[in-house]
Amino acid sequence: MKTFGLHVAITALGLASFGQAVEDGFDNSVAVLRAVGGEGHGNAAAGSALQYLARGGVDTLPALLAAMDGANPFAVNYLRGAVEVIAGNALDKGGELPLVKLGEFLLNKTHDTKPRALAFELVRRADAEAAERLVPGLLGDPSVDLRREAVARLLVQAGGLAKAGNKSAAVLLSRQALDAARDLDQIQAVAGALRELDRKVNLTRHFGFLVDWQMAGPFHNKDRAGFASVFGPEKNGDLSATYDGMKGKVKWQPYSSGDEYGMVDFNKPYGDLKEVTGYAQTEFFSNTDRPAELRLGCKNAWKIWLNGELVFERDEYHRGTRIDQYKLSVQLIKGGNMILVKACQNEQVEDWTVQWQFQLRVCDPTGTAIHSATKKN
Amino acid sequence: MKKILITITIAALTNGLIAGDWPGLRGPLGNGVSNEVGLPIALDVKKHVAWRIDLPGRGLSSPLVLGERVFVTASGGARQDQLQILCLNAADGSLIWQRQFWAMGSTMCHNKTSIAAPTPVTDGKLLYAIFSSNDLFCLDLDGNLRWLRGMTIDYPNARNSLGMASSLVLAGGVLVAQLENDSESFTAGLSRENGTNIWKLSRPKSANWTTATVQKTRTGSELVLLQSGKGIHAVNPENGDVIWHYSDGASTIPSSVLAGGVLYVPSHGVTALELADDGRSFKQKWRSSRLRPATASPLVHRERVYSLNNAGVLTCGDTDSGKRLWQLRLDGPYSGSPVVADNHLYVFNEEGKVQVVDLSVPEGRIAGEMELGEMILCSPAVSNGAIYVRSNERIWKIARKTQL
Repeated sequence: MKTFGLHVAITALGLASFGQAVEDGFDNSVAVLRAVGGEGHGNAAAGSALQYLARGGVDTLPALLAAMDGANPFAVNYLRGAVEVIAGNALDKGGELPLVKLGEFLLNKTHDTKPRALAFELVRRADAEAAERLVPGLLGDPSVDLRREAVARLLVQAGGLAKAGNKSAAVLLSRQALDAARDLDQIQAVAGALRELDRKVNLTRHFGFLVDWQMAGPFHNKDRAGFASVFGPEKNGDLSATYDGMKGKVKWQPYSSGDEYGMVDFNKPYGDLKEVTGYAQTEFFSNTDRPAELRLGCKNAWKIWLNGELVFERDEYHRGTRIDQYKLSVQLIKGGNMILVKACQNEQVEDWTVQWQFQLRVCDPTGTAIHSATKKN
Repeated sequence: MKKILITITIAALTNGLIAGDWPGLRGPLGNGVSNEVGLPIALDVKKHVAWRIDLPGRGLSSPLVLGERVFVTASGGARQDQLQILCLNAADGSLIWQRQFWAMGSTMCHNKTSIAAPTPVTDGKLLYAIFSSNDLFCLDLDGNLRWLRGMTIDYPNARNSLGMASSLVLAGGVLVAQLENDSESFTAGLSRENGTNIWKLSRPKSANWTTATVQKTRTGSELVLLQSGKGIHAVNPENGDVIWHYSDGASTIPSSVLAGGVLYVPSHGVTALELADDGRSFKQKWRSSRLRPATASPLVHRERVYSLNNAGVLTCGDTDSGKRLWQLRLDGPYSGSPVVADNHLYVFNEEGKVQVVDLSVPEGRIAGEMELGEMILCSPAVSNGAIYVRSNERIWKIARKTQL
């Protein structure tokens, strides 16, 4: 009995050590993946760390998802690589995924949006009906992928109500869908449905496009040199300033976009010019210091500054534009924030190169509009 | 002859590929020429579609075939930000594995193209897949991720709002990725083992969708021939050094093709460059504006060069002189490039119609046609008696069912 007890103790000690080793191996491997940086730094070690994690059982899936919290995009994708292998192997062999734990992970909004969206996909693969039951609760979720599921369901329901002649209910459900929708296709679909039901929709406000600007121009962009040239508005943005422009003295002049999608069109005040540069500035008021995104759409070469600091620049011409083409993380300060945009038009003469314009909005990472504290924006 | 065959076989086994594999864009030599014989010619959907499988995402990358496995990339999700790599069983199209990753770069592109536009490449042991978002993944053939790169994070202005499309090539033991665009334009030589930069070469600031060609010199070393609006740069894949430059311009859409030591460049029509076998220089052989290709890349087979123009006309020229020999009207337009096998040219148009041209007939003859009924933008793969082609929704295996 004594020997048996000793064996049990040794075995227990061994298992505990083994368990600790496994845990250490997991933590160390996760640490290796989270240390991967740009230009492939850390890739050499990441491969074997990933192989270690991918050998884990399905019970490790919630921990792998949690390891994505706060990780950089490289690490998140590496960890997804392990999740994909473990889940795929388990399901291929007829095994089960830990539905409850994955569901609880999904419902815990303190976790990052990407692993939560992945948890939802795993729940769906494990039990499609269980996933469907969760969908209504995802309206307003911080994850745009998850809220998309709930919006899609509302759109179907609203469509059904409208078809059945229950216009009031269809309108209210559509309003709820519009409030939650962040993807352009869903926003346009629900806006169209509401207009069909004779309701007004203010998409400019929904997206939060900045429509009131001061413009200065035109300056030159001969041989595309204007992009790198530092014209007066970049040195002194005072609205009372006068600059040397391409055709004489230039002053700031007010511009208000009437476009539903907030397009700020330099061709309107200046004509359809070529090889020119224009500036637009606006002041955005924030109630607090806060992170935000400047989301820009522009098919001209452009630069953008926030409070005098260059945020980003890009010298591509006429390759296409769309809403939220560029998402630029910034830090707003409490009070007024000066946004300056430079847009360069090039020498191309084709019909599709006429545009000299941009659209800009301020929002949070989900794409929810942040409106300026001033009444106009 | 026997010795040569043995040498070729050993070389093939060494790098993990076997005869009949289709390891990258336009096949083992990147020229669209297959050694397969006995492919179906008088095509019939009922007789020759061996299988058709739905894909989970969009794409126009070409399938790869390695033994009994078919690899294909796709992109899904509302924002096309789910990057998918699939491995299918060549016998029946069943899914062996699927991996999905989040895009780290831009997923904006023209509606016609896709985030899964570039074709992956394999050395027979590892699969390298890049997407228009400049996200690059290396997996083993069982779907285990070995390493990844998010090159738009590293180089934020390396992007193209119309979409990127240059496919990967392997040369000199290096993985070559072209990220050429209007802004932060470069080509990089990457370690196959861990994806880190071995070299990074600044390239002309102009959108470019072509894929590099690889020249093997008489000593066995390789050169990467990079095409752009500025012509052709021959680059040492081991260090990124430019060896020579043909500077008379070239297209940024159809790619060059190398055959018999001559590079046929879409430049002022087609310009034939005779490459020195030591890789140190080139000499212009001829130029023909009458062979000008549209989107599809030219093809060279048995002393003939073939190109497809905007009107869907197949033009055949003499590789020795560039003289136009004959033309045959086909049903374009074409985005994918043609392949040739057993002296028959196969080309899929954008409406999903495949036409087979018998090249043994003096002026070519349409010997077979088949409608797949969906937009096809990819270049097909040919392997083990079958042709593989994909649309935004599906992938097909076309073969003589009796031989399966």
